[in-house]
Amino acid sequence: MSQTESHDDGHHGLMVKNKKLLMWLFLGSDCMFFGTLISTHLIYRKLYPEEFDPTQLFSLELTSFSTFILLMSSFLMALSVSAMHKGEMKSFRRNVVGVIFFGLIFLGCQVYEFAHFIHEGLTLDLGTFGSTFYLMTGTHGVHVAVGVFWLISMLFYSQSGKMEAHKNAIDVEIAGLYWHFVDIVWIVIFTVVYLIEFIV
Amino acid sequence: MSTTNTTEVINPSVHHDLAELKPEISDLGLKRPDHSKNVLIDWLTTVDHKKIGLMYGAMALFFLLVGGLEALIIRTQLAVPENDLISAQRYNQLFTMHGTTMIFLAIMPLNAAFFNFMVPLQIGARDVAFPRINAFSLWAFVAGALVINFGWLLQALEMFGLFSASGATAGKNDFVPAMGWFGYAPITSTEFTGAGTDFWIMGLQILGVASLSASLNFIVTIINMRAPGMKMMRLPVFTWMTLIVSLLIIFAFPAITVALIQLMFDRVFGTNFFSVAGGGQPILWQHLFWIFGHPEVYILVLPAMGIVSEVLPTFSRKPLFGYAIVVFSGAVIGFLGFAVWSHHMFTTGLGKIATAAFSLLTMAIAVPTGVKIFNWVGTLWGGKIRFHAPMIFAIGFVWMFMLGGFSGIMHSSAPADAQQQDSYFVIAHFHYVAIGGILLAIISGIYYWLPKMIGKMWQGSLNIWVGILTVVGLNITFFPMHFLGLLGQPRRTHTYLSGFGWESYNMVCTIGSYILALGVLLLVVDIIRCFRSKQLAGDDPWDARTLEWATSSPPKVYNFAATPVINARDAYWAHKYGPENRKLGTVEESHGIHMPSQSWMPLIASAGFIPLGLGLSMMQAGVPYMGYVSILGLVIIALGISLWALEGPGGYHLHPKKETN
Repeated sequence: MSQTESHDDGHHGLMVKNKKLLMWLFLGSDCMFFGTLISTHLIYRKLYPEEFDPTQLFSLELTSFSTFILLMSSFLMALSVSAMHKGEMKSFRRNVVGVIFFGLIFLGCQVYEFAHFIHEGLTLDLGTFGSTFYLMTGTHGVHVAVGVFWLISMLFYSQSGKMEAHKNAIDVEIAGLYWHFVDIVWIVIFTVVYLIEFIV
Repeated sequence: MSTTNTTEVINPSVHHDLAELKPEISDLGLKRPDHSKNVLIDWLTTVDHKKIGLMYGAMALFFLLVGGLEALIIRTQLAVPENDLISAQRYNQLFTMHGTTMIFLAIMPLNAAFFNFMVPLQIGARDVAFPRINAFSLWAFVAGALVINFGWLLQALEMFGLFSASGATAGKNDFVPAMGWFGYAPITSTEFTGAGTDFWIMGLQILGVASLSASLNFIVTIINMRAPGMKMMRLPVFTWMTLIVSLLIIFAFPAITVALIQLMFDRVFGTNFFSVAGGGQPILWQHLFWIFGHPEVYILVLPAMGIVSEVLPTFSRKPLFGYAIVVFSGAVIGFLGFAVWSHHMFTTGLGKIATAAFSLLTMAIAVPTGVKIFNWVGTLWGGKIRFHAPMIFAIGFVWMFMLGGFSGIMHSSAPADAQQQDSYFVIAHFHYVAIGGILLAIISGIYYWLPKMIGKMWQGSLNIWVGILTVVGLNITFFPMHFLGLLGQPRRTHTYLSGFGWESYNMVCTIGSYILALGVLLLVVDIIRCFRSKQLAGDDPWDARTLEWATSSPPKVYNFAATPVINARDAYWAHKYGPENRKLGTVEESHGIHMPSQSWMPLIASAGFIPLGLGLSMMQAGVPYMGYVSILGLVIIALGISLWALEGPGGYHLHPKKETN
């Protein structure tokens, strides 16, 4: 923290802190990452429309629930960022616990879904659908897990009493940027991988 | 600024040496490796962009020689028809590793060496935005280079009958990658290649992490760390090209990252991304690879253009002709670079519309490139030209790069490309770009900047011989390849029959390659002589234009004793010869210079990549317990990053004497 601030001193740049700019650039790069994964899935889906019929397998109720949970976790994340900016540590911690809890529910739903799908016969090596579906949703799941791990470490760090609003608000903010991004990616995946299958 | 973590010097009016400072204790309760008397610890834990740049340069020069040696063996094998110096398998491994080494382990890190050393100096910054991430990028690069080359060891063991593959790749004893640097599916499947492909996958993945983290760092540095008055349109062109290249890297690398993950899943978990039997389409690999691969070409060449745009004005004693259009042309080249990938795939049957579109866009790239060439010529026009070594190589770049560009335009026409595809014509084209273009520019950069980097001046006239031998050598090697290609000699084939009219051309190419190699060897000798030179370079040996020449040679650890205030493009030139209101100013800083603390954590975190990469690859070759080794690697990475976050950035203050600027 001290390093970024002192390096900013009197310098001529954007009015965005170094750390935040780094996170925005990383997310830009990550867009290309998920873009490649999702387009691989869609290309094979278009190429082999008859290969696999996911409408028999997908449970829209379950996935809608976990999508809703993830959306709500983003809401709590926004509250934690706001609480940190105001220096309300208690409220910050409460909200972060909520985000972590909701993130874990989402991950639990995904684990359940994967186990159920594999049991029903959609395995990793089932044609191209199994490959693209698991790699794409799995990579998203890893992103959520990394976010959960990040927030848990932040929660522990805040217990140590070293966390201060003026110093660490930006750290919470960039964790928030990451979390919202992962949420947005899920909305895209939910739409073009799950919902679209039920339209036609 | 955190005040608890700084070692304040008591009396700011007295100059303090580094040796007088005591290392502080980090947030973890450990002693930071600052101000170490031990040279090894100092370099391993450094966060100084200048030391990191020098290490990048040394590693890259080493791999340039390794890649060159591989090329020499290839050329020796091809000197005469039906030669049996090496087996077909070994030949495949050599051309694969030659390409991979030169692109990822030689040219990219040589560019990175200049980015690291020069960009903070050129923008008037004390360091990059994230010094520890910078160290992490360096060590991750070293880890990736090690993983990708580790197969040579296993291959040597295999040659003596001490090791053979079992498990997933049983019976496939190619431990050095053998499928070409673009690793086309389905050759990369476990059906056809052994653990060499896994080393290649893991190595490239790690190098990707290194490039991505370095690029994120440089973009933030260039955008946010400029000295007061250093507006974007006052940036030196080399810094501009660094910015564009870094943006290309962060948007192009994800495609290869995903493609490599998919390939790894195909090989390890039996998925069907590229496996034909399960419905996978090998063409998907080609698309994903070239979506990365074509921007990669500009990632390699744009820094070279940046170097030349610095050298030509300096030695013509004129400003760069059309600065703004040179910068915008670079940006346009970078942008169009994402829209031309399929010109590598004209013969795959894309369809008329796609072929026409990609053909047209490829031709369009010639426009900004041509604009740059004309601007460089315009810079020379009417200048007071001085033929010092950097200038000789820069002019060589313009001329040789143009030849490579011409054959590139020939490829942009799909019908012509269909004839040239996979022939030596293509080899001739990209080696004119890679050696005639990029390498000559990098040598120019070495001659230009090494006196600044180490503070010593070149001696003697060996540089003239380096120039003659490299330029003559590369032309003798690669010009006949145009004819060889049009006569139909296919690339990537370990030998050929006599009677096609290829013999004499091949012999000439081989002789040329040895001349070129001698030139590069003399360059290394000249560099060593420069390090041992007694003659000091002084701050500004070339009477140069940009900000890096305003500080001492070699620059002090803090770069500038006082933060400069920039009042012109070509800031130092304007300072020396311009009117009063264009001279450099300084920012008054009463609290001393804040320096980042050194750290072990970047080294530890990136060291974890070695067991991760080697473990996964050797697991494929059936070595026992390797799965656990790769998990251990993941644990080390996670541990390194966690401790990194917890130790805090730290830092200390220096109070240099005012006159050292």
